[in-house]
Amino acid sequence: MLNFLEKNLPKIVLAPTTIAMIVCMYGFIVWTGLLSLTKSRMMPQWDFVGLDQYVRLFKNPRWDVAVDNLFIFLILFIVIALVLGLLLAIFLDQKIRVEGAIRTIYLYPMAISFIVTGTAWKWILNPGLGIEKLMNDWGFVGFEFRWLVEQDMAIYCIVIAAIWQSSGFVMALFLAGLRGVDDNLTKAAKMDGASTVRLYWHIILPLMRPVFFSAIVILTHIAIKSFDLVQALTGGGPGYASDLPANFMYTYTFNRSQIGIGAASAMIMLFGVLAVLIPYLYSELREKD
Amino acid sequence: MNKFNLLNINFGRAAIYFILFLFAFIYLAPLYVMFTTSLKDIEEIRSGNLMALPIDPTLYAWKKAWASACTGSECKGLAPYFWNSVRIVFPAVIISTILGAFNGYALAKWKFKGSEFLFGALLFGCFIPFQVILLPMAKLLGALGLANTVTGLVLVHVIYGIAFTTLFFRNYYVGIPTELVKAAKLDGASFLKIFRHIFIPLSTPIFVVTIIWQFTQIWNDFLFGVVYSGSGTQPITVALNNLVNTSVGGKEYNVDMAAAIIAALPTLIVYIIAGKYFVRGLTAGAVKG
Repeated sequence: MLNFLEKNLPKIVLAPTTIAMIVCMYGFIVWTGLLSLTKSRMMPQWDFVGLDQYVRLFKNPRWDVAVDNLFIFLILFIVIALVLGLLLAIFLDQKIRVEGAIRTIYLYPMAISFIVTGTAWKWILNPGLGIEKLMNDWGFVGFEFRWLVEQDMAIYCIVIAAIWQSSGFVMALFLAGLRGVDDNLTKAAKMDGASTVRLYWHIILPLMRPVFFSAIVILTHIAIKSFDLVQALTGGGPGYASDLPANFMYTYTFNRSQIGIGAASAMIMLFGVLAVLIPYLYSELREKD
Repeated sequence: MNKFNLLNINFGRAAIYFILFLFAFIYLAPLYVMFTTSLKDIEEIRSGNLMALPIDPTLYAWKKAWASACTGSECKGLAPYFWNSVRIVFPAVIISTILGAFNGYALAKWKFKGSEFLFGALLFGCFIPFQVILLPMAKLLGALGLANTVTGLVLVHVIYGIAFTTLFFRNYYVGIPTELVKAAKLDGASFLKIFRHIFIPLSTPIFVVTIIWQFTQIWNDFLFGVVYSGSGTQPITVALNNLVNTSVGGKEYNVDMAAAIIAALPTLIVYIIAGKYFVRGLTAGAVKG
């Protein structure tokens, strides 16, 4: 008996986690998937109606706005955070005196919750007393900044706050990558008379490929899951102009008692993540083998 | 090297320093704005601007944010919710870290048929957007009688934190030579003995990284907090969001900012004292994003 226990201890140790994983991850995904095929509204019920909820979802103008916003957010957030993060990392990699202090400053927003970030930027960007007033006081009379309350522009406020929060992290990823570059390589290139710009463009950047890759995956993941930031900064408003899919899902599931549509939107989000993730994991695993 | 060239290099370095300091300023500005705003009274906020220093600093906003600001229908400030977060974070961090250590050890050094697959399946769970498990988890908590309780939130954070803590420990333990385990086994040491006497003493850094990561994640969580808590059990992020969106008798930006700093303080302090480990966690945990 004791022997059996000892022999199977690794499996016994892993059992609770395995059960939790099967039930609370995969089981729940299946549950939500099935629910999205029913006509459930306030309570789950199991009358299957095929893809009706998905049809209703795609016809819903609010979902359209949320998906459009996600693409705007995704593209700007990723491109700007990557460019900014990379440039700052390259500059910081030039044997800077106070590197440690600067790195600490660039990265601290990552320790803060999106709710705090949203609250802070809501105040900074507010039309009456925020950045608009600051600019007026500094002599730019007539300067207007009302993005936070403008239908078409509110989503860009979310982009700004998200970049402020995450670009330092991208910088840290690139800096780690740059530190991994073989010194002899750069020395050899310099001996051959390559300029700094050419050195970075032709030799170092191509070496950063894996960093680009993982940064993009992480940022995409953050963007698709972004819920808190929108909730705190704009509340999805004005109206629902700055909703993202995660906010749509929350509103329909918990405030509007449309859990069928909510489930369908959650499944679409999952597929979105998988579409980015599967190629990534595939290439990661292949590299390791 | 001629004079002109030297000048050029110095100019280049000056430009790099300028850009780095400029961005340090940009990253710090919101924190500065939050802090100074929290020390002003409403009159001063109206008449001054974002960057102006407080003329007559007052702790009014801090006292109110902590003890008497309204967060919805209750007006008890953030204090009770701060302690809710503490009561959620500590057990959740400890349990998920211990489970992760055991899991990681078993998966790294006691491989059995299917253990790699199990790890893959668990890893995959790190990436799912939580929207797809929100509703069934709410049902499960309801069935267990844990809806709207601190215990329920602890359970949720443990379940969805394990994948991550396991990944941390597994990847760390893989680096410890298997020969050590083999030799100990030949000497008749058991699963637990080897863990206790060989692995635990080597594990301090990974414990620090994991604890910091989990602490930050759980303290900053909003989604689980807003879905699974009831009145009286909300974590601080939810209370902060409620506080900002409750305006009884006019908007008090100073109170909002003091509240936001209170909510951010614990993770900021951890970041400042253990930044190195925080960054390591970020890059190792990058997969989760």
